[in-house]
Amino acid sequence: MDNKDKILMCGNEAIGEGAVQAGCQFYAGYPITPQNELTAYMAKRMYEEKRIFIQSESELSAINMVFGASLVGARAMTTSSSPGISLKQEGISYLVGCELPAVIVNIMRGGPGLGNIAPSQADYFQATRGGGHGDYKTIVLAPSSVQEAFDLTMLAFDLADSYRNPVIVLGDGFLGQMMEPITKVQSVKCKVRNYSKDWILTGCKGRKPRMIRSLFLGEGELEEHNLKLQEKFNRIKNREGRFETFYLEDAEFILVAFGTVSRICKAAVSKLRDSGKKVGLIRPITLWPFPEEIIKETAKRLKGILVVEMNAGQMFEDVRLVVEGNCPVFFYGRMGGGVPTEEEIEHKLISLAV
Amino acid sequence: MKIKSKTNSPAQTDGTLKKVFSRPESMRDVAMHYCSGCGHGIVHRLICEVIDELGIRERTIGVAPVGCAVLAYDYWDFDTTEAAHGRAPAVATGIKRLLPDRIVFTYQGDGDLAAIGTAEIIHAANRGENITVIFVNNGVYGMTGGQMAPTTLLGQKTATTPWGREVSRDGFPLKISELLSLLPAVVYIERTTVNKAKNILITKGAIKRAFQNQIENKGFSLIEILSPCPTYWHMSPLEAGQWIDAEMVKHYPLGIIKSNC
Ligand SMILES: Cc1ncc(C[n+]2csc(CCOP(=O)(O)OP(=O)(O)O)c2C)c(N)n1
Ligand code: SF4
Repeated sequence: MDNKDKILMCGNEAIGEGAVQAGCQFYAGYPITPQNELTAYMAKRMYEEKRIFIQSESELSAINMVFGASLVGARAMTTSSSPGISLKQEGISYLVGCELPAVIVNIMRGGPGLGNIAPSQADYFQATRGGGHGDYKTIVLAPSSVQEAFDLTMLAFDLADSYRNPVIVLGDGFLGQMMEPITKVQSVKCKVRNYSKDWILTGCKGRKPRMIRSLFLGEGELEEHNLKLQEKFNRIKNREGRFETFYLEDAEFILVAFGTVSRICKAAVSKLRDSGKKVGLIRPITLWPFPEEIIKETAKRLKGILVVEMNAGQMFEDVRLVVEGNCPVFFYGRMGGGVPTEEEIEHKLISLAV
Repeated sequence: MKIKSKTNSPAQTDGTLKKVFSRPESMRDVAMHYCSGCGHGIVHRLICEVIDELGIRERTIGVAPVGCAVLAYDYWDFDTTEAAHGRAPAVATGIKRLLPDRIVFTYQGDGDLAAIGTAEIIHAANRGENITVIFVNNGVYGMTGGQMAPTTLLGQKTATTPWGREVSRDGFPLKISELLSLLPAVVYIERTTVNKAKNILITKGAIKRAFQNQIENKGFSLIEILSPCPTYWHMSPLEAGQWIDAEMVKHYPLGIIKSNC
């Protein structure tokens, strides 16, 4: 590949460009650090492409504008960071209830409360458990590089349309701010597909009127709707799990980490490999569906697993659940903007007698 | 109704009955769930009549609220969506920006529009979204059991103001239409009521004008309709209608509040 095909961007901009190239027709957002470059990028690019950009009065409004855009068939996105994502949760629940596709980006910062603007992964639970009210799931994609931020954003639009469900792109402040060269077009693994949407509202010309709703008051109706949603979530779970492995084949002890932290873990793994330690790594790319099989199967032959996160141990719980006691699972984490260093991870591994 | 000419007479020469009054095409033939004397059913019908008369049924998209009118889409026979409580103007914004040639309206109660959705209505109005807002002000939260709304009158008893609304604790009844009329992008606001035939006709005219404005791309229009809620005003339908004339209009005067079109 020629260097002229590369462009230097920060993660936030790469997400924006990915959205534009995926055919995002509508963007609404409200400023919040550390994702501000993204809103600004969309303001510029959507204007250039003659598409719609709105700086909304709040995150509540932004997610509901996206709701309106989605129900007329447009590819729509909103982006924010942790406190703003909390405000969007009611809207995300409505999107799921009404089976509307949308892409929601969370460039996580430290919490709880106003917290700080430093990188964090503390919204893992919120993203993977649904986040709002009701029994639901959203697909959660966790990029670990600027290139992947671009690629996975494109994928997010495709998955959202194909399942008629919101998709979350979950990055952290590091990824949002970090600059790396990316290939804008060639590397795109996901083609922009056209979905025929026979459920959207356009005015009832030449057909019966349609309605978009999540309200089901008839006897048993809501349970039926929920069963249908659960069936869809099961389909997603069986098909859409994605992960990356690193030195896994002969590993006796592995790290499990996602996003920015997985890169630091990779560096630690490489270093320990140099000194002959049989360590490896599994990096979940989809946090929901969680790549259960690979972790479960690998665990059976491992001495142990160390989960590393920028939170108090959230994905840690999912790893423990799928390992089902087949090997010990340990945790190392930093919070509130603390980022685990390569040395900290090495020390932790060594203290575990790796 | 007075029958003026022979041709309007229901009895035709061949002895069959001629239909002189029928359900608007935009309205489904189903029973409504509203309490007797409630204003929602009347307003629903007026909207449907206006949509039929303007010939826009096939390009209209309605946004239903969370409130007693949450099931409005069961009664309207055109494309409709729900919106989360208070967020209808944001949803309508998304729709209208993408489909500027469709007719988009929101239907909202006073809790929906003037309490939880205050930000959305102010900013949709301030952006001058070319939409139509039907604002049903019945002075209470009907859906949840008759609690105080921002529009509840001083002294009015509700589930959450059992001794009457009191300024020092509950603030003043919110004149949201007057507030919105200050915004330069707002083209038309009128306050009407549906407590008697004459006022119903005035309301229909106002709704029609608000839709007409949108068809002509003039911008944001809102019709505030003082609407009886006999159930939570603890009155008979007749008393509720009279109470609007006697009390409600004192604080919420009827008429055009803003007309820039
Ligand atoms: C976020 C949220 N908060 C509260 C409610 C409960 N709720 C449903 S309708 C309503 C008030 C409706 O009052 P209004 O808008 O005046 O309409 P009305 O029922 O009087 O027609 C409330 C508080 C809800 N559905 N969602
Ligand atoms: S509670 Fe009030 S607003 Fe609701 S349906 Fe009954 S009369 Fe109408």
